[in-house]
Amino acid sequence: MSKNLTGSQIVCEALLKEGVSVVFGIPGGAILPLYGVLSQYPGLRHILSRHEQGAAHAADGYARSTGTVGVTFATSGPGATNLVTGLATAMMDSVPMVAITGQVGRAAIGTDAFQEADITGATMPVTKHNYLVMRADDLGRTVHEAFHIARTGRPGPVLIDIPKDVFMEMGEYDPDEPIDLPGYSVPGKAEESQIEAAAKLINEAERPVILAGHGVVLSRSFDELKELAEKAQIPVVTTLLGISSFPEDHVLSTGFPGMHGMAYASLAIDQADLIINFGSRFDDRIVGDAKRFSTGSKKIHVDIDPAEINKSVHVEAPVVGNIKDVFAQLLPKVEKTTHVEWLQRVEHLKAEHPSLKIPESDHLMGQHVVKALSDVTKGEAIITTGVGQHQMWAAQHYQFKNANSWLSSGGAGTMGYEVPSAIGAQVGNPGKLVWSICGDGGFQMTMMELATAAENNLPVKYAILNNNHLGMITQWQTFFYNEDYQAETYTGNPDFVKLAEAYGIKGIRVTSQDELEAAIAEANAHDGPVVVDFVIEKVDNLYPMIPVGQSIEELIEDPD
Amino acid sequence: MPDNTTGNGMHQRTISALVQDKPGVLARISGLFRRRGFNIASLAVGRSERPGMSRMTFVVEGPDEVIRHVAAQLDRLIDVVEVQDISEQNIVWRELALIKVAAPADSRGEVLELANVYRANVVDIGVESLTMEISGGRQKIDSLVELLKKFGLLEVIRTGRVATLRGTLIEGEEDGLFQSDISNPTYILPITTGESGSV
Repeated sequence: MSKNLTGSQIVCEALLKEGVSVVFGIPGGAILPLYGVLSQYPGLRHILSRHEQGAAHAADGYARSTGTVGVTFATSGPGATNLVTGLATAMMDSVPMVAITGQVGRAAIGTDAFQEADITGATMPVTKHNYLVMRADDLGRTVHEAFHIARTGRPGPVLIDIPKDVFMEMGEYDPDEPIDLPGYSVPGKAEESQIEAAAKLINEAERPVILAGHGVVLSRSFDELKELAEKAQIPVVTTLLGISSFPEDHVLSTGFPGMHGMAYASLAIDQADLIINFGSRFDDRIVGDAKRFSTGSKKIHVDIDPAEINKSVHVEAPVVGNIKDVFAQLLPKVEKTTHVEWLQRVEHLKAEHPSLKIPESDHLMGQHVVKALSDVTKGEAIITTGVGQHQMWAAQHYQFKNANSWLSSGGAGTMGYEVPSAIGAQVGNPGKLVWSICGDGGFQMTMMELATAAENNLPVKYAILNNNHLGMITQWQTFFYNEDYQAETYTGNPDFVKLAEAYGIKGIRVTSQDELEAAIAEANAHDGPVVVDFVIEKVDNLYPMIPVGQSIEELIEDPD
Repeated sequence: MPDNTTGNGMHQRTISALVQDKPGVLARISGLFRRRGFNIASLAVGRSERPGMSRMTFVVEGPDEVIRHVAAQLDRLIDVVEVQDISEQNIVWRELALIKVAAPADSRGEVLELANVYRANVVDIGVESLTMEISGGRQKIDSLVELLKKFGLLEVIRTGRVATLRGTLIEGEEDGLFQSDISNPTYILPITTGESGSV
């Protein structure tokens, strides 16, 4: 049944029909008409962020952790451009999001009006799709199309730009109007011939390895992955974004590979005769030199996006389809087997290349902090990270027990993702423990969102691995720039405990290994947000390391 | 088969796309080429036989395998209904040019004779110049333009290439076909061999 409503009301009704219950945003002139009707829709909870980038990352964290579409509101001009990093982060990691931005009135578009920005032009490369809606009558259908596009196929962010006067215009809303996207189809099952070819390779393989990517997480195929791995006894290597798609205490769990991954994971991939890639795009951080990447193996690549097939690594058996459907097709065709010799060899690799040996030191190291976090939380917390050494230590030393409990900016590598994404994850998972593992660099890029956590009493725990350095920058300058250190030291970091207290948040400082467990337990027990300032050793390079564009042959496992 | 070498070692490929007739579609498509620093050598856009849909024909220059990958990315765009790389297929293709050339009385006869040989039509004539239209392949138009230079070219206006598959497809000549049916195995793209990860 069609209803005559204002544009703002149409947006809210359509959001509710899509099942939205939380929106992260900040108002501004052009989007005020939308905020003006929010009181009529108590089912839409609005979380007021402190910066639009924070709102976007929070929506991203909410989306990744709940499997639903994250929604953000921002105003025109700077409000909209501040979303760009958040959209790019979601785009690179295929996260379903819908961003609604206000735009200047229709008559003012293109005139360099106050707070005007061509946001659909600016976000074309960092969204799966975007819209500029010029009639209130089109709003309902557009919102429903946007959600359909965001959540189906290879998910991604969609932006809807709405001029101020379109929010205020009266329009027709028919919630049952069918969407019309002739250029968009959603892959489901794969071609039977592709499944047959893949199954044949799996059944013939002597040294198979599963490479589980973000696609396994996005399609929530955790049980299917485990079933396949166990049925054919195949070691499972997860990509950085595939972490927590497979329980890390499982005997077949073989770590994550690549630049700073476990040596044994990279070696298993190198020595395999078959790589079964589920939903990873063979990222350059895993592949390194494509010509020397696992040259002795055949490759199966299961991906929902055909444009990823043969993009960087040649594969013998492409399988294009939804990973969950592909598992269902593949499982009955894969024979039960053991691969005893191969599994023994992988176990040897794990024993010979522990990789995660924590350096012996009386000082507090980043690894000690993550290990203690993992132990005290029993590997059951939702972890968010930014990008850099702290991210890699978190990936290496936190032993994830629960599916989909790792939220990290993989493709875009966005410093500052950790602080707001944890807010989104906590909003989406009110009863769960959320720890945000931060570097002191990334933390300061988005730390204004502490106010958002405080305001909503969200019990997020922030662990700052504070070495007053851009650690990864320091490491690269050590390795690749003749130890010529430039712009890598933070001499003016604030007192993070006092900073937390200024926000009305509990602050704890930890400077030695002895204090670790008690401090983490204290943070866990506190009913509200906590910032723990872990003062760690200044320069501590991260190993193992495969330098950029190289292969396993150039692995630096342990400098000593 | 159309000539598809540019003379500088790069290859030209002809890509035909059926797209929704909406604002911004061209920007989305050209953005995917711009991102990689490719030049679009020619572009023709017009309404297609299907209501609400336009057909775009591009000629782009770049390494074959990279262009094929861009074509696969084009198909990922929501407003793009169908993409075909028709370079190596049995296609009919044409360009149109309007050429305004100096043609005072003493040389007009010679210019008209050339137009006649090339089956170009004179569409406008003035005291000192005339304008002719010519359609055909790129080389034909290039060669007429070359011959007219000595008379004094005043303006050369060329459309992009438009191309379509011939009515009869020869079996086994479907290389480079990107159908919008995503499960189709023709999506198996050739591999790029460039350097990986530079940062």
